[in-house]
Amino acid sequence: MRVTYNHMVVDWIGQDEADQIFAALADATRRDILTRVLRQEASVSRLAERYPMSFAAVQKHVAVLERATLVTKERRGREQIVRGDVGTIQAAARLLDEYEEIWRGRIGRIEDLLAEPLPGDVS
Amino acid sequence: MSVVSTHQDVEALTFSIVSELAAPPARVWQVWADVRQLERWWGPPTWPATFVTHDLTVGSRTHYFMTGPDGERAHGWWHILSVEEPVAVEFEDGFADETGAPDESMPTTRARVELTAIPQGTRMSLTTRFADAQQMAQLVEMGMVEGITGAMSQIDALVTQDAHTPA
Repeated sequence: MRVTYNHMVVDWIGQDEADQIFAALADATRRDILTRVLRQEASVSRLAERYPMSFAAVQKHVAVLERATLVTKERRGREQIVRGDVGTIQAAARLLDEYEEIWRGRIGRIEDLLAEPLPGDVS
Repeated sequence: MSVVSTHQDVEALTFSIVSELAAPPARVWQVWADVRQLERWWGPPTWPATFVTHDLTVGSRTHYFMTGPDGERAHGWWHILSVEEPVAVEFEDGFADETGAPDESMPTTRARVELTAIPQGTRMSLTTRFADAQQMAQLVEMGMVEGITGAMSQIDALVTQDAHTPA
C-alpha cells in the first residue's frame, strides 16, 4: 500500500513543484531535517546541533526545503523556527482521502465478485 | 454505486465507509473469509494480493503480500481481534517483512467491518482507526517523505530501464 501512496503523492503536486521537491529530497540531511520538523518544529540552531556541519550549512539546507515549500521558517525572538509545511491535519486529511480511494476500489471489486455466480465448488 | 456514505474524522483519526451490496450477509462474509475471494479484491489490479495465511478466528494472524508490476512485493499482516460470523469482524492491519513478521517501525490501523441484512442484501460498514496521533504522523511522513523518495526511485528505475533497453 505504500506504493499506492507514491502515485497519489505525485498526483497531488504539479510537475515543477515535484521537480523542486525531488531535488530538495535528494539529500539525506534534508530528508532528515524534514522528517524531524514534520514531527516537531525546531529552531535552526537546534537543528544545527544535530548535524556534523556548520550552522550556515544547515541553514542552506533549510532554505532549499523552504523553496520547495516543504518547510516554513518563522522568526521568533532570536530564533528561526522551522516547521513542516504540511500541517499534520491537512496531510492526515489527504491520507484519509487515500484510504477512501483504496476502499472505494475494494468495494467496487467486491461488488463485481458478488455479481458473479458462486465460484463453482471445485473442492 | 454501492458506496452509500463515507465519513472522515481527522480529529478522531478514523475513516468509515458504508456500502450496500446485492447479496445476503452470509455471502458477503465469504469475500472476507475465503482466501481465494479475498485475493480478488484486497489489492488493486496493478498490485494483486496473495494471502499466505488467513483464518478468520480470534487471535489468528494473516500474512499477505501484494505484488507490483515490477515484481516488487509489499507484505502485510492482520491480527484478528474479534469474529462474529456473519455479522462483524475486527482486525489490526499493518506492514510486515518478507516472513510476515510485523514491522514494528511501521504504523498499524484497526478496522471493524459490520454486516447488516437489508432488503437489498447487506449493508457493510467499515471503520478504520489509526492507532494514535503519532502513528498518524508517521503515516503522513511515510506518504510525504518516503512516498516521494519512493516515487523518485520509480522514476529512476524507468529512466534506467530506457537506458538499458537491449539494442
